[in-house]
Amino acid sequence: MGRPVAIVGSGQTRHGRRFDVSYPELVKEAVDAVFENTGISPQDIDGVVSGTMPSMMEGVALTHFYFADVLRSVGKPILKTETCGSTGVSLAITGYYWIASGLADLVLVVGSEKMNEGDSQATMTTVVEPFYQRYFIAGAPGVFSMQCQEWSNRFGIAEEKVREAATRVTIDHHNDAFDNPYAHIKKKLTPDEVNNARIITYPIRLWDVCPNSDGACAMLFASEKMAKKLGLKSAWVKGVGYSGEEYWFGDSEKAIWQCAIDAARQAYDMAGIKNPRKELDVAEVYNPFTYQEMLYYECFGFCDFGEACDLVLQGVFSREGELPCDPSGGTLCTNPIGATGLNRVAEAALQVTGQAGAHQIPGAKLGLAHAMGGVDQFNGVMILGSE
Amino acid sequence: MQKDYNTLENIIRLPHKYAAGPTFTSFYEGLRAGKILGSTCPNCKKVLVPARSFCPQCHANLDEFVEVAHQGEVVSWAYSDKEFFGSPVEPPFITALIRLDGTDCDFLHLLGGKGLSNLEDVQAKVKKGTRVKAVWNEDKIGRMLDIKYFEPVS
Repeated sequence: MGRPVAIVGSGQTRHGRRFDVSYPELVKEAVDAVFENTGISPQDIDGVVSGTMPSMMEGVALTHFYFADVLRSVGKPILKTETCGSTGVSLAITGYYWIASGLADLVLVVGSEKMNEGDSQATMTTVVEPFYQRYFIAGAPGVFSMQCQEWSNRFGIAEEKVREAATRVTIDHHNDAFDNPYAHIKKKLTPDEVNNARIITYPIRLWDVCPNSDGACAMLFASEKMAKKLGLKSAWVKGVGYSGEEYWFGDSEKAIWQCAIDAARQAYDMAGIKNPRKELDVAEVYNPFTYQEMLYYECFGFCDFGEACDLVLQGVFSREGELPCDPSGGTLCTNPIGATGLNRVAEAALQVTGQAGAHQIPGAKLGLAHAMGGVDQFNGVMILGSE
Repeated sequence: MQKDYNTLENIIRLPHKYAAGPTFTSFYEGLRAGKILGSTCPNCKKVLVPARSFCPQCHANLDEFVEVAHQGEVVSWAYSDKEFFGSPVEPPFITALIRLDGTDCDFLHLLGGKGLSNLEDVQAKVKKGTRVKAVWNEDKIGRMLDIKYFEPVS
Protein backbone atom coordinates (compact mmCIF):
# COMPACT_ATOMS: atom_id res chain seq x y z
CA MET A 1 0.00 0.00 0.00
CA GLY A 2 1.32 3.45 -0.90
CA ARG A 3 1.27 6.66 1.11
CA PRO A 4 -2.05 8.44 1.81
CA VAL A 5 -3.10 10.75 -1.03
CA ALA A 6 -5.27 13.87 -0.80
CA ILE A 7 -7.11 15.90 -3.40
CA VAL A 8 -6.66 19.50 -2.34
CA GLY A 9 -8.63 21.28 -5.05
CA SER A 10 -10.19 21.32 -8.49
CA GLY A 11 -11.04 23.71 -11.28
CA GLN A 12 -13.61 23.16 -14.02
CA THR A 13 -14.31 25.31 -17.05
CA ARG A 14 -17.68 26.43 -18.27
CA HIS A 15 -18.88 23.73 -20.67
CA GLY A 16 -20.59 24.00 -24.01
CA ARG A 17 -19.60 24.97 -27.54
CA ARG A 18 -16.47 26.89 -26.69
CA PHE A 19 -15.52 28.53 -29.98
CA ASP A 20 -14.75 31.63 -27.92
CA VAL A 21 -11.35 30.14 -27.00
CA SER A 22 -8.64 28.02 -28.62
CA TYR A 23 -7.97 24.57 -27.20
CA PRO A 24 -4.94 25.63 -25.07
CA GLU A 25 -6.91 28.64 -23.83
CA LEU A 26 -9.68 26.30 -22.71
CA VAL A 27 -7.20 24.14 -20.79
CA LYS A 28 -5.72 27.30 -19.25
CA GLU A 29 -9.14 28.20 -17.87
CA ALA A 30 -9.23 24.99 -15.79
CA VAL A 31 -5.57 25.21 -14.73
CA ASP A 32 -5.90 28.85 -13.67
CA ALA A 33 -9.09 27.96 -11.76
CA VAL A 34 -7.47 25.23 -9.66
CA PHE A 35 -4.57 27.48 -8.67
CA GLU A 36 -6.95 30.35 -7.90
CA ASN A 37 -9.31 28.12 -5.90
CA THR A 38 -6.47 26.74 -3.77
CA GLY A 39 -4.08 29.67 -3.61
CA ILE A 40 -1.28 27.29 -4.55
CA SER A 41 1.54 28.62 -6.70
CA PRO A 42 2.19 26.73 -9.98
CA GLN A 43 5.90 26.70 -9.20
CA ASP A 44 5.22 24.40 -6.22
CA ILE A 45 4.00 21.46 -8.28
CA ASP A 46 6.35 18.51 -8.77
CA GLY A 47 4.84 17.28 -12.05
CA VAL A 48 1.90 17.25 -14.42
CA VAL A 49 -0.40 14.51 -15.71
CA SER A 50 -2.55 15.38 -18.73
CA GLY A 51 -4.92 13.44 -20.93
CA THR A 52 -7.53 13.59 -23.65
CA MET A 53 -9.37 11.22 -25.95
CA PRO A 54 -7.20 9.45 -28.56
CA SER A 55 -5.46 11.97 -30.82
CA MET A 56 -7.87 11.50 -33.75
CA MET A 57 -10.41 13.50 -31.75
CA GLU A 58 -7.98 16.25 -30.79
CA GLY A 59 -6.92 17.41 -34.26
CA VAL A 60 -3.38 17.69 -32.86
CA ALA A 61 -1.50 14.49 -32.13
CA LEU A 62 0.74 15.61 -29.28
CA THR A 63 -1.58 17.52 -26.98
CA HIS A 64 0.69 17.59 -23.92
CA PHE A 65 3.28 19.36 -26.10
CA TYR A 66 0.62 21.76 -27.45
CA PHE A 67 -0.53 22.44 -23.87
CA ALA A 68 2.96 22.52 -22.28
CA ASP A 69 2.79 26.23 -21.38
CA VAL A 70 -0.79 26.36 -20.12
CA LEU A 71 -0.17 23.18 -18.08
CA ARG A 72 2.63 25.07 -16.29
CA SER A 73 4.79 22.05 -17.11
CA VAL A 74 7.91 23.71 -18.50
CA GLY A 75 10.88 22.36 -16.56
CA LYS A 76 8.79 19.67 -14.82
CA PRO A 77 8.14 15.99 -15.47
CA ILE A 78 4.99 15.44 -17.52
CA LEU A 79 2.97 12.27 -18.16
CA LYS A 80 0.17 11.61 -20.58
CA THR A 81 -2.56 9.11 -19.75
CA GLU A 82 -5.16 8.15 -22.32
CA THR A 83 -7.78 5.41 -22.05
CA CYS A 84 -10.60 6.76 -24.22
CA GLY A 85 -13.71 7.60 -22.17
CA SER A 86 -12.10 6.45 -18.94
CA THR A 87 -9.19 8.87 -19.43
CA GLY A 88 -10.38 11.11 -16.59
CA VAL A 89 -10.39 8.40 -13.95
CA SER A 90 -7.11 7.03 -15.36
CA LEU A 91 -5.65 10.53 -14.98
CA ALA A 92 -6.75 10.64 -11.36
CA ILE A 93 -5.33 7.17 -10.76
CA THR A 94 -2.02 8.25 -12.38
CA GLY A 95 -1.87 11.27 -10.08
CA TYR A 96 -2.71 9.00 -7.17
CA TYR A 97 0.10 6.54 -8.08
CA TRP A 98 2.62 9.36 -8.38
CA ILE A 99 1.89 10.73 -4.93
CA ALA A 100 1.32 7.31 -3.29
CA SER A 101 4.70 6.13 -4.59
CA GLY A 102 6.48 8.83 -2.59
CA LEU A 103 8.13 10.30 -5.68
CA ALA A 104 6.11 13.54 -5.63
CA ASP A 105 4.26 15.66 -3.07
CA LEU A 106 2.10 17.84 -5.31
CA VAL A 107 0.89 16.91 -8.80
CA LEU A 108 -1.34 18.76 -11.25
CA VAL A 109 -3.79 16.51 -13.11
CA VAL A 110 -5.63 17.88 -16.17
CA GLY A 111 -8.17 16.39 -18.58
CA SER A 112 -9.65 18.19 -21.55
CA GLU A 113 -11.71 17.89 -24.69
CA LYS A 114 -12.99 20.12 -27.47
CA MET A 115 -15.57 17.85 -29.00
CA ASN A 116 -17.26 20.44 -31.17
CA GLU A 117 -14.21 21.13 -33.32
CA GLY A 118 -14.08 17.72 -34.97
CA ASP A 119 -16.63 15.09 -35.88
CA SER A 120 -16.95 12.99 -32.74
CA GLN A 121 -18.83 10.15 -34.41
CA ALA A 122 -16.25 9.93 -37.20
CA THR A 123 -13.25 10.01 -34.89
CA MET A 124 -14.81 7.41 -32.61
CA THR A 125 -14.85 4.91 -35.45
CA THR A 126 -11.05 5.22 -35.51
CA VAL A 127 -10.86 3.90 -31.94
CA VAL A 128 -10.99 0.42 -33.46
CA GLU A 129 -8.96 -1.37 -36.14
CA PRO A 130 -10.10 -1.31 -39.79
CA PHE A 131 -10.11 -5.06 -40.47
CA TYR A 132 -13.32 -5.98 -38.71
CA GLN A 133 -14.82 -3.79 -36.01
CA ARG A 134 -14.53 -0.39 -37.74
CA TYR A 135 -17.17 -1.41 -40.26
CA PHE A 136 -19.70 -1.92 -37.52
CA ILE A 137 -18.74 0.44 -34.67
CA ALA A 138 -20.45 3.52 -36.01
CA GLY A 139 -19.67 5.58 -32.92
CA ALA A 140 -20.82 5.04 -29.37
CA PRO A 141 -24.63 4.67 -29.57
CA GLY A 142 -24.74 1.39 -31.50
CA VAL A 143 -22.52 -0.35 -28.98
CA PHE A 144 -24.60 0.89 -26.06
CA SER A 145 -27.87 -0.04 -27.78
CA MET A 146 -26.66 -3.61 -28.12
CA GLN A 147 -25.44 -3.65 -24.52
CA CYS A 148 -28.78 -2.32 -23.31
CA GLN A 149 -30.64 -5.08 -25.17
CA GLU A 150 -28.27 -7.73 -23.87
CA TRP A 151 -28.92 -6.48 -20.33
CA SER A 152 -32.72 -6.29 -20.57
CA ASN A 153 -32.89 -9.71 -22.27
CA ARG A 154 -30.53 -11.30 -19.74
CA PHE A 155 -32.66 -10.25 -16.78
CA GLY A 156 -36.06 -10.28 -18.47
CA ILE A 157 -36.71 -6.58 -17.93
CA ALA A 158 -39.64 -5.42 -20.08
CA GLU A 159 -38.70 -2.84 -22.70
CA GLU A 160 -41.44 -0.53 -21.39
CA LYS A 161 -39.99 -0.63 -17.89
CA VAL A 162 -36.47 0.12 -19.13
CA ARG A 163 -37.93 3.07 -21.08
CA GLU A 164 -39.85 4.37 -18.08
CA ALA A 165 -36.80 4.18 -15.79
CA ALA A 166 -34.46 5.69 -18.42
CA THR A 167 -36.92 8.56 -18.82
CA ARG A 168 -36.88 9.15 -15.08
CA VAL A 169 -33.05 9.11 -15.08
CA THR A 170 -32.73 11.74 -17.81
CA ILE A 171 -35.47 14.02 -16.44
CA ASP A 172 -33.86 13.96 -12.98
CA HIS A 173 -30.34 14.63 -14.25
CA HIS A 174 -31.27 17.45 -16.60
CA ASN A 175 -33.06 18.98 -13.66
CA ASP A 176 -30.07 18.37 -11.33
CA ALA A 177 -27.84 20.16 -13.83
CA PHE A 178 -29.51 23.50 -13.02
CA ASP A 179 -27.75 23.41 -9.64
CA ASN A 180 -24.32 22.66 -11.14
CA PRO A 181 -22.70 25.88 -12.37
CA TYR A 182 -20.41 23.90 -14.70
CA ALA A 183 -23.07 21.74 -16.38
CA HIS A 184 -23.61 22.06 -20.12
CA ILE A 185 -27.23 21.01 -20.82
CA LYS A 186 -29.82 22.14 -18.28
CA LYS A 187 -33.41 21.48 -19.24
CA LYS A 188 -36.84 20.83 -17.77
CA LEU A 189 -37.95 17.74 -19.65
CA THR A 190 -41.37 16.09 -19.71
CA PRO A 191 -41.87 12.32 -20.08
CA ASP A 192 -43.60 12.87 -23.45
CA GLU A 193 -40.70 14.93 -24.73
CA VAL A 194 -38.23 12.19 -23.74
CA ASN A 195 -40.29 9.22 -24.92
CA ASN A 196 -41.06 10.76 -28.30
CA ALA A 197 -37.63 12.25 -28.97
CA ARG A 198 -35.96 11.22 -32.20
CA ILE A 199 -34.24 7.86 -32.25
CA ILE A 200 -30.45 8.02 -32.33
CA THR A 201 -29.86 4.25 -32.45
CA TYR A 202 -32.88 2.25 -31.40
CA PRO A 203 -33.76 1.92 -28.50
CA ILE A 204 -31.69 4.98 -27.62
CA ARG A 205 -33.38 8.33 -28.16
CA LEU A 206 -32.01 11.86 -28.09
CA TRP A 207 -32.39 12.49 -24.34
CA ASP A 208 -30.80 9.13 -23.50
CA VAL A 209 -27.48 10.38 -24.89
CA CYS A 210 -24.83 12.75 -23.53
CA PRO A 211 -23.98 15.94 -25.46
CA ASN A 212 -20.78 16.93 -27.27
CA SER A 213 -19.15 19.32 -24.82
CA ASP A 214 -15.99 21.41 -24.83
CA GLY A 215 -14.37 21.70 -21.43
CA ALA A 216 -11.46 20.95 -19.13
CA CYS A 217 -10.90 19.93 -15.53
CA ALA A 218 -7.78 20.40 -13.41
CA MET A 219 -7.07 18.89 -9.99
CA LEU A 220 -4.25 18.95 -7.47
CA PHE A 221 -3.19 15.71 -5.76
CA ALA A 222 -1.01 15.97 -2.65
CA SER A 223 0.83 13.87 -0.11
CA GLU A 224 -0.37 13.89 3.51
CA LYS A 225 2.54 16.08 4.53
CA MET A 226 1.76 18.58 1.76
CA ALA A 227 -1.99 18.53 2.45
CA LYS A 228 -1.38 19.28 6.15
CA LYS A 229 0.98 22.11 5.24
CA LEU A 230 -1.54 23.61 2.80
CA GLY A 231 -4.40 23.32 5.31
CA LEU A 232 -7.06 23.13 2.57
CA LYS A 233 -10.31 21.15 2.74
CA SER A 234 -9.15 17.83 1.32
CA ALA A 235 -10.73 14.68 -0.04
CA TRP A 236 -8.74 11.50 0.62
CA VAL A 237 -8.33 8.68 -1.87
CA LYS A 238 -9.67 5.60 -0.07
CA GLY A 239 -9.62 3.17 -2.97
CA VAL A 240 -8.86 2.81 -6.67
CA GLY A 241 -9.84 0.11 -9.14
CA TYR A 242 -9.37 -0.32 -12.87
CA SER A 243 -10.13 -3.27 -15.05
CA GLY A 244 -10.28 -4.02 -18.76
CA GLU A 245 -11.47 -6.85 -20.93
CA GLU A 246 -10.72 -8.53 -24.24
CA TYR A 247 -10.47 -6.36 -27.35
CA TRP A 248 -13.15 -7.98 -29.53
CA PHE A 249 -16.59 -6.67 -28.63
CA GLY A 250 -18.32 -10.05 -28.96
CA ASP A 251 -15.84 -11.95 -26.77
CA SER A 252 -17.28 -11.05 -23.39
CA GLU A 253 -20.65 -10.54 -21.81
CA LYS A 254 -21.67 -6.93 -21.30
CA ALA A 255 -24.73 -7.46 -19.07
CA ILE A 256 -22.92 -9.11 -16.16
CA TRP A 257 -20.04 -6.84 -17.05
CA GLN A 258 -16.89 -8.23 -15.49
CA CYS A 259 -14.55 -5.25 -15.83
CA ALA A 260 -17.11 -2.93 -14.22
CA ILE A 261 -17.70 -5.43 -11.41
CA ASP A 262 -13.95 -5.92 -10.89
CA ALA A 263 -13.03 -2.22 -10.96
CA ALA A 264 -15.60 -1.51 -8.23
CA ARG A 265 -14.58 -4.57 -6.21
CA GLN A 266 -10.89 -3.56 -6.26
CA ALA A 267 -11.77 -0.07 -5.07
CA TYR A 268 -14.21 -1.34 -2.40
CA ASP A 269 -11.66 -3.84 -1.05
CA MET A 270 -9.05 -1.13 -0.73
CA ALA A 271 -11.52 1.24 0.94
CA GLY A 272 -12.96 -1.50 3.19
CA ILE A 273 -16.47 -1.06 1.74
CA LYS A 274 -18.74 -4.07 2.26
CA ASN A 275 -22.17 -2.65 1.44
CA PRO A 276 -21.76 0.16 -1.08
CA ARG A 277 -25.41 1.26 -1.09
CA LYS A 278 -25.37 1.74 2.67
CA GLU A 279 -21.84 3.04 3.07
CA LEU A 280 -21.51 5.42 0.11
CA ASP A 281 -23.16 8.83 0.51
CA VAL A 282 -22.95 9.84 -3.14
CA ALA A 283 -21.81 8.36 -6.46
CA GLU A 284 -20.71 10.09 -9.64
CA VAL A 285 -21.32 7.24 -12.05
CA TYR A 286 -20.23 7.75 -15.68
CA ASN A 287 -23.55 7.89 -17.51
CA PRO A 288 -23.11 8.76 -21.18
CA PHE A 289 -26.33 6.80 -21.78
CA THR A 290 -29.32 6.49 -19.46
CA TYR A 291 -29.46 2.71 -19.74
CA GLN A 292 -25.84 2.31 -18.89
CA GLU A 293 -26.18 4.23 -15.63
CA MET A 294 -28.68 1.63 -14.43
CA LEU A 295 -26.48 -1.25 -15.53
CA TYR A 296 -23.66 0.25 -13.48
CA TYR A 297 -25.83 0.37 -10.35
CA GLU A 298 -26.05 -3.40 -10.66
CA CYS A 299 -22.39 -4.03 -11.55
CA PHE A 300 -21.27 -1.79 -8.67
CA GLY A 301 -23.40 -3.70 -6.17
CA PHE A 302 -25.78 -0.79 -5.45
CA CYS A 303 -28.54 -3.37 -6.03
CA ASP A 304 -29.05 -6.86 -7.46
CA PHE A 305 -28.89 -7.60 -11.18
CA GLY A 306 -32.18 -6.84 -12.89
CA GLU A 307 -33.32 -4.61 -10.03
CA ALA A 308 -32.06 -1.15 -11.05
CA CYS A 309 -35.10 -0.02 -13.05
CA ASP A 310 -37.48 -0.67 -10.16
CA LEU A 311 -35.24 1.15 -7.69
CA VAL A 312 -34.81 4.11 -10.04
CA LEU A 313 -38.59 4.40 -10.28
CA GLN A 314 -38.75 4.30 -6.45
CA GLY A 315 -36.27 7.18 -6.31
CA VAL A 316 -33.53 5.25 -4.50
CA PHE A 317 -30.78 6.91 -6.60
CA SER A 318 -32.27 10.39 -6.97
CA ARG A 319 -31.03 13.52 -5.12
CA GLU A 320 -33.15 12.84 -2.02
CA GLY A 321 -32.82 9.04 -2.29
CA GLU A 322 -30.84 6.49 -0.29
CA LEU A 323 -27.78 6.73 -2.55
CA PRO A 324 -27.84 9.90 -4.69
CA CYS A 325 -26.18 9.27 -8.05
CA ASP A 326 -24.89 12.03 -10.31
CA PRO A 327 -26.30 15.02 -8.42
CA SER A 328 -24.14 17.10 -10.81
CA GLY A 329 -26.27 15.91 -13.75
CA GLY A 330 -23.37 13.67 -14.68
CA THR A 331 -22.01 12.80 -18.08
CA LEU A 332 -25.55 12.80 -19.48
CA CYS A 333 -25.59 16.61 -19.24
CA THR A 334 -21.89 17.42 -19.72
CA ASN A 335 -19.44 15.32 -21.72
CA PRO A 336 -16.02 16.75 -22.66
CA ILE A 337 -14.75 13.17 -22.95
CA GLY A 338 -11.08 13.55 -21.93
CA ALA A 339 -12.22 15.60 -18.92
CA THR A 340 -15.47 13.80 -18.13
CA GLY A 341 -14.02 11.15 -15.82
CA LEU A 342 -11.98 13.79 -14.00
CA ASN A 343 -15.16 15.85 -13.60
CA ARG A 344 -16.63 12.81 -11.83
CA VAL A 345 -13.63 12.74 -9.44
CA ALA A 346 -13.78 16.53 -8.95
CA GLU A 347 -17.51 16.37 -8.20
CA ALA A 348 -17.06 13.51 -5.71
CA ALA A 349 -14.24 15.51 -4.04
CA LEU A 350 -16.46 18.61 -3.82
CA GLN A 351 -19.22 16.48 -2.25
CA VAL A 352 -17.12 14.82 0.46
CA THR A 353 -15.53 18.16 1.40
CA GLY A 354 -18.92 19.90 1.57
CA GLN A 355 -18.09 22.31 -1.25
CA ALA A 356 -20.62 21.22 -3.90
CA GLY A 357 -22.82 24.27 -3.37
CA ALA A 358 -26.43 24.04 -4.58
CA HIS A 359 -26.13 20.34 -5.44
CA GLN A 360 -24.40 19.36 -2.18
CA ILE A 361 -25.66 16.09 -0.70
CA PRO A 362 -25.94 17.03 2.99
CA GLY A 363 -23.28 15.41 5.16
CA ALA A 364 -21.65 13.41 2.34
CA LYS A 365 -18.49 11.76 3.67
CA LEU A 366 -17.81 8.89 1.26
CA GLY A 367 -18.19 9.12 -2.51
CA LEU A 368 -17.56 7.08 -5.64
CA ALA A 369 -16.28 8.41 -8.96
CA HIS A 370 -16.23 6.33 -12.12
CA ALA A 371 -15.54 6.37 -15.86
CA MET A 372 -15.72 3.92 -18.76
CA GLY A 373 -13.69 3.76 -21.96
CA GLY A 374 -13.15 1.94 -25.23
CA VAL A 375 -15.75 -0.23 -26.90
CA ASP A 376 -17.25 -1.24 -23.54
CA GLN A 377 -13.70 -2.27 -22.67
CA PHE A 378 -12.43 -0.38 -19.61
CA ASN A 379 -13.87 0.72 -16.28
CA GLY A 380 -12.17 2.75 -13.56
CA VAL A 381 -13.41 3.60 -10.06
CA MET A 382 -12.06 5.89 -7.34
CA ILE A 383 -13.45 6.12 -3.79
CA LEU A 384 -13.00 9.41 -1.95
CA GLY A 385 -13.53 10.09 1.74
CA SER A 386 -13.65 13.19 3.90
CA GLU A 387 -10.88 11.85 6.13
CA MET B 1 -23.15 40.98 -28.95
CA GLN B 2 -20.44 38.43 -28.37
CA LYS B 3 -17.66 38.63 -30.91
CA ASP B 4 -17.29 35.66 -33.25
CA TYR B 5 -13.71 34.51 -33.46
CA ASN B 6 -11.94 32.90 -36.37
CA THR B 7 -12.02 29.21 -37.02
CA LEU B 8 -9.68 27.43 -39.40
CA GLU B 9 -10.79 24.34 -41.28
CA ASN B 10 -8.13 21.73 -41.85
CA ILE B 11 -8.78 18.29 -43.28
CA ILE B 12 -6.29 15.66 -42.19
CA ARG B 13 -5.91 12.75 -44.61
CA LEU B 14 -3.31 10.21 -43.65
CA PRO B 15 -2.40 7.27 -45.86
CA HIS B 16 -1.89 4.19 -43.77
CA LYS B 17 -1.21 0.64 -44.91
CA TYR B 18 -2.38 -1.69 -42.15
CA ALA B 19 -0.69 -5.11 -42.09
CA ALA B 20 -3.35 -7.77 -41.57
CA GLY B 21 -0.88 -10.45 -40.46
CA PRO B 22 -1.13 -14.15 -41.29
CA THR B 23 -4.34 -14.89 -39.38
CA PHE B 24 -6.49 -12.06 -40.70
CA THR B 25 -5.07 -12.65 -44.17
CA SER B 26 -6.32 -16.24 -43.92
CA PHE B 27 -9.66 -15.04 -42.61
CA TYR B 28 -10.05 -12.67 -45.57
CA GLU B 29 -8.98 -15.41 -48.01
CA GLY B 30 -11.64 -17.58 -46.40
CA LEU B 31 -14.28 -14.92 -47.01
CA ARG B 32 -13.26 -14.70 -50.66
CA ALA B 33 -13.79 -18.45 -50.88
CA GLY B 34 -17.19 -18.14 -49.20
CA LYS B 35 -16.04 -19.49 -45.84
CA ILE B 36 -16.18 -18.01 -42.35
CA LEU B 37 -13.02 -19.12 -40.56
CA GLY B 38 -12.65 -19.40 -36.83
CA SER B 39 -10.04 -20.87 -34.50
CA THR B 40 -10.39 -23.54 -31.83
CA CYS B 41 -8.36 -23.04 -28.67
CA PRO B 42 -6.58 -26.32 -27.80
CA ASN B 43 -6.66 -25.30 -24.14
CA CYS B 44 -10.16 -23.95 -23.37
CA LYS B 45 -11.72 -25.60 -26.48
CA LYS B 46 -13.57 -22.40 -27.35
CA VAL B 47 -14.33 -21.77 -31.01
CA LEU B 48 -13.56 -18.11 -31.72
CA VAL B 49 -14.58 -16.12 -34.77
CA PRO B 50 -13.04 -14.29 -36.64
CA ALA B 51 -9.97 -16.54 -36.54
CA ARG B 52 -7.30 -15.51 -34.03
CA SER B 53 -3.57 -16.05 -33.76
CA PHE B 54 -3.91 -16.63 -30.02
CA CYS B 55 -6.68 -17.20 -27.49
CA PRO B 56 -7.47 -13.90 -25.72
CA GLN B 57 -8.42 -15.80 -22.56
CA CYS B 58 -5.70 -18.45 -22.17
CA HIS B 59 -3.09 -17.10 -24.59
CA ALA B 60 -2.55 -20.45 -26.31
CA ASN B 61 -1.24 -20.05 -29.86
CA LEU B 62 -3.95 -20.85 -32.39
CA ASP B 63 -2.62 -22.00 -35.72
CA GLU B 64 -5.43 -24.15 -37.07
CA PHE B 65 -8.53 -22.76 -38.67
CA VAL B 66 -12.00 -24.24 -38.54
CA GLU B 67 -14.82 -23.36 -40.89
CA VAL B 68 -17.77 -22.18 -38.83
CA ALA B 69 -21.50 -22.19 -39.61
CA HIS B 70 -23.06 -19.47 -41.75
CA GLN B 71 -26.12 -19.49 -39.50
CA GLY B 72 -26.72 -18.54 -35.94
CA GLU B 73 -28.85 -16.64 -33.45
CA VAL B 74 -29.19 -12.92 -32.85
CA VAL B 75 -27.91 -11.84 -29.44
CA SER B 76 -28.65 -8.12 -29.76
CA TRP B 77 -29.06 -5.47 -32.46
CA ALA B 78 -28.96 -1.71 -32.94
CA TYR B 79 -30.86 0.26 -35.58
CA SER B 80 -29.91 3.60 -37.11
CA ASP B 81 -31.49 5.23 -40.14
CA LYS B 82 -29.16 8.21 -40.37
CA GLU B 83 -26.34 8.59 -42.85
CA PHE B 84 -23.05 8.90 -40.95
CA PHE B 85 -19.34 9.21 -41.59
CA GLY B 86 -17.72 5.96 -42.63
CA SER B 87 -20.96 4.03 -42.90
CA PRO B 88 -20.28 0.92 -44.99
CA VAL B 89 -23.89 0.77 -46.28
CA GLU B 90 -26.80 3.04 -47.13
CA PRO B 91 -29.26 3.48 -44.25
CA PRO B 92 -30.74 1.69 -42.48
CA PHE B 93 -27.63 0.54 -40.68
CA ILE B 94 -28.53 -2.43 -38.48
CA THR B 95 -25.62 -3.92 -36.55
CA ALA B 96 -25.99 -7.11 -34.59
CA LEU B 97 -24.10 -9.48 -32.38
CA ILE B 98 -24.70 -12.96 -33.76
CA ARG B 99 -23.76 -16.25 -32.09
CA LEU B 100 -22.88 -18.46 -35.05
CA ASP B 101 -23.74 -22.13 -34.45
CA GLY B 102 -20.96 -24.04 -32.72
CA THR B 103 -18.98 -20.93 -31.74
CA ASP B 104 -18.29 -19.47 -28.31
CA CYS B 105 -18.26 -15.73 -28.93
CA ASP B 106 -20.51 -13.23 -30.70
CA PHE B 107 -19.80 -12.22 -34.30
CA LEU B 108 -20.39 -8.56 -35.10
CA HIS B 109 -22.03 -7.88 -38.46
CA LEU B 110 -25.08 -6.36 -40.18
CA LEU B 111 -28.70 -7.43 -40.46
CA GLY B 112 -30.59 -6.87 -43.70
CA GLY B 113 -32.74 -8.40 -46.42
CA LYS B 114 -36.11 -10.12 -45.85
CA GLY B 115 -38.02 -6.86 -45.58
CA LEU B 116 -35.85 -5.41 -42.82
CA SER B 117 -36.14 -1.94 -44.28
CA ASN B 118 -37.43 0.03 -41.31
CA LEU B 119 -37.45 -0.06 -37.53
CA GLU B 120 -40.93 -1.58 -37.26
CA ASP B 121 -39.85 -4.51 -39.46
CA VAL B 122 -36.81 -5.17 -37.33
CA GLN B 123 -38.76 -4.90 -34.07
CA ALA B 124 -41.36 -7.33 -35.38
CA LYS B 125 -39.00 -9.86 -36.94
CA VAL B 126 -35.83 -9.80 -34.86
CA LYS B 127 -35.69 -10.88 -31.22
CA LYS B 128 -33.00 -12.42 -29.08
CA GLY B 129 -32.56 -15.92 -30.49
CA THR B 130 -33.95 -15.15 -33.97
CA ARG B 131 -32.25 -17.48 -36.48
CA VAL B 132 -30.27 -15.68 -39.18
CA LYS B 133 -28.06 -16.76 -42.06
CA ALA B 134 -25.28 -15.07 -44.00
CA VAL B 135 -26.14 -13.57 -47.39
CA TRP B 136 -23.04 -13.27 -49.54
CA ASN B 137 -22.11 -10.79 -52.22
CA GLU B 138 -21.61 -12.33 -55.63
CA ASP B 139 -18.28 -10.61 -56.14
CA LYS B 140 -16.09 -11.47 -53.20
CA ILE B 141 -12.92 -9.46 -52.67
CA GLY B 142 -11.65 -10.93 -49.40
CA ARG B 143 -13.08 -8.26 -47.09
CA MET B 144 -15.58 -8.17 -44.22
CA LEU B 145 -18.49 -7.10 -46.42
CA ASP B 146 -18.17 -10.13 -48.70
CA ILE B 147 -20.93 -11.14 -46.33
CA LYS B 148 -23.56 -8.60 -47.33
CA TYR B 149 -25.57 -9.06 -44.16
CA PHE B 150 -27.36 -11.69 -42.12
CA GLU B 151 -31.05 -12.16 -42.80
CA PRO B 152 -33.75 -13.95 -40.80
CA VAL B 153 -34.26 -17.60 -41.72
CA SER B 154 -37.97 -18.06 -42.29
